[in-house]
Amino acid sequence: MRIVLTVAALALQEASRRKVLRSLGALTAVLLALSAWGFSEIAADYGGLTSGEAKVAASVVLNLVMFGFSLIAALGTAFLAGPTLSGEVESGVALAMMTRPIRRAQVLTGKWLGLVVFGTGFVTVAGVAQFVIVHTTVDYWPPHPVTGLALLAGQTAALLTLGLLLSTAISPMASGIVAVGLFGATWIAGVVGSVGDALGNPSVAMIGTVSRMLLPTDGLWRGAMNSFQDPALLAQIGSGVEESPFLSMHPLTGAYLLWAALWTGLVLSLAALSFQRRDL
Amino acid sequence: MGTVTDSPAVWASHLRKRYKRRTAVDGVSFTVGRGEVLGLLGPNGAGKTSVIKMMLGLVRPDAGEVMLLGRPHTDPRSRERVGYLPELFRYQPWLSADEVLRLHVRLAGVTIGDRDRRETLSLVGLADRAADRVGGFSKGMQQRLGLAVALVARPDLVVLDEPTSALDPLGRADVRDLLLSLKDRGVAVLLNSHLIGEVERVCDRVMILDHGRVAASGTLAELLGRRSLRLTLSEVGAEAAAVLSPFTAEDGVYTVAMPADVPTLVADLVGRGVRVHAVEPARMSLEERLLEVLREKS
Repeated sequence: MRIVLTVAALALQEASRRKVLRSLGALTAVLLALSAWGFSEIAADYGGLTSGEAKVAASVVLNLVMFGFSLIAALGTAFLAGPTLSGEVESGVALAMMTRPIRRAQVLTGKWLGLVVFGTGFVTVAGVAQFVIVHTTVDYWPPHPVTGLALLAGQTAALLTLGLLLSTAISPMASGIVAVGLFGATWIAGVVGSVGDALGNPSVAMIGTVSRMLLPTDGLWRGAMNSFQDPALLAQIGSGVEESPFLSMHPLTGAYLLWAALWTGLVLSLAALSFQRRDL
Repeated sequence: MGTVTDSPAVWASHLRKRYKRRTAVDGVSFTVGRGEVLGLLGPNGAGKTSVIKMMLGLVRPDAGEVMLLGRPHTDPRSRERVGYLPELFRYQPWLSADEVLRLHVRLAGVTIGDRDRRETLSLVGLADRAADRVGGFSKGMQQRLGLAVALVARPDLVVLDEPTSALDPLGRADVRDLLLSLKDRGVAVLLNSHLIGEVERVCDRVMILDHGRVAASGTLAELLGRRSLRLTLSEVGAEAAAVLSPFTAEDGVYTVAMPADVPTLVADLVGRGVRVHAVEPARMSLEERLLEVLREKS
């Protein structure tokens, strides 16, 4: 455990020293400022909307902004995950470290833990700031903020675990690109699936279901959206919103959460196995 | 516990490694005794670095076994008291020199105080750069830091892969002194170096690798043969020549097998009217022997 924590702390230190934190902070500040402006415009236009409609609009825009944050967190950690492992192998930094009395799985788990803490920290800080903005501007507070943020952190963890697995086999740049590509593809498959749902076409809807099983990022994201939006408001609006990529009608099932956790554990074990067998 | 401390520092048996079609290491066996300095020589691509990497668990051997300090090398604890300077030496550029050492001390699971870490840094000439980021270091300074990393956790075995490749002549002399001090302290060293003079000066034994196999190995005396005596003489008569025989001569320099009693031989020659200008011990250099071995093999 001492080794895992040492490596995790090192990964966090790397993120802060390499100015990842600073650039991420700047990006987040811009996004927060833009959303604050957007939400205040919604509040100003209250006149044209019923208060219920304004809240649904706020709900959708909140999900949209949160999607932006989840994108930053997922992309950021996926691109951190690649170089942190295969980059160190390629440059030779890993050589002296790996000849210490440690197991490679410990190093991998430590890096993973550091990145999960980093991603979770980002999602929490940015998310809470966003909730405060929405509350101040349009007086909306999501029904399950903690669950939602936890699911976003889970989504980040799932993608960075995939990034780590890829980086044990391919180059750092390629692993980042493939992880982000798969993330995007699953999201699009999820949107296609929800259109299938709305049209009552089960085979199209299946696309979303299968892709959510193969890579749980989109499933977790939909669960997070569901925690951010007010179900009573949705019921008020009625059907016709299912196909919106920024609204989710159903909360996640326990079985799906279990699968997402199992999936992440499985991919991490595969990464450890692949890293163990690699010649440095 | 007795078996652990009595066992050799390294025991490697029939190591083999193939990279796709190319056999890099083919049946290499060797030992490094406790406190012994073994030099690893051979041309580029002879498999020296592959042998080192297999030994340290960085590369998986296709066949063969390794014991480090009495433990199988598959057990991470076998590396508890091992220090390693890789041929490709790179350290976290965003850490300071002292932070790199602190990281390695923590990973090694030992307790080394601030003072000891500072001493290790000053041993390699980086005392005044302890707080500077490694990213700003020159190659030579990074190699010095690599030496400090290899030495910081009080190792019983130090593996140095080309430790002077980026160093200036002064740095090379420092490394030579460092190797001699390790030898004095009873630390076993495996030294892979192209600088044959260095190997000849500090190593107890030498192993020459070629095409992934052990081409020759032994103590310097075994590898280089018996010592000889070189005499620069003039006015050598037939009688004196008989005393020297068997010998080889070139431009008045006579080379004979090292006699048991050099002063008696010189007195004998002088008594027979020979003028003696110089007398010096001679030996085939390691470089000559290395080239000879490699030419024989090819």
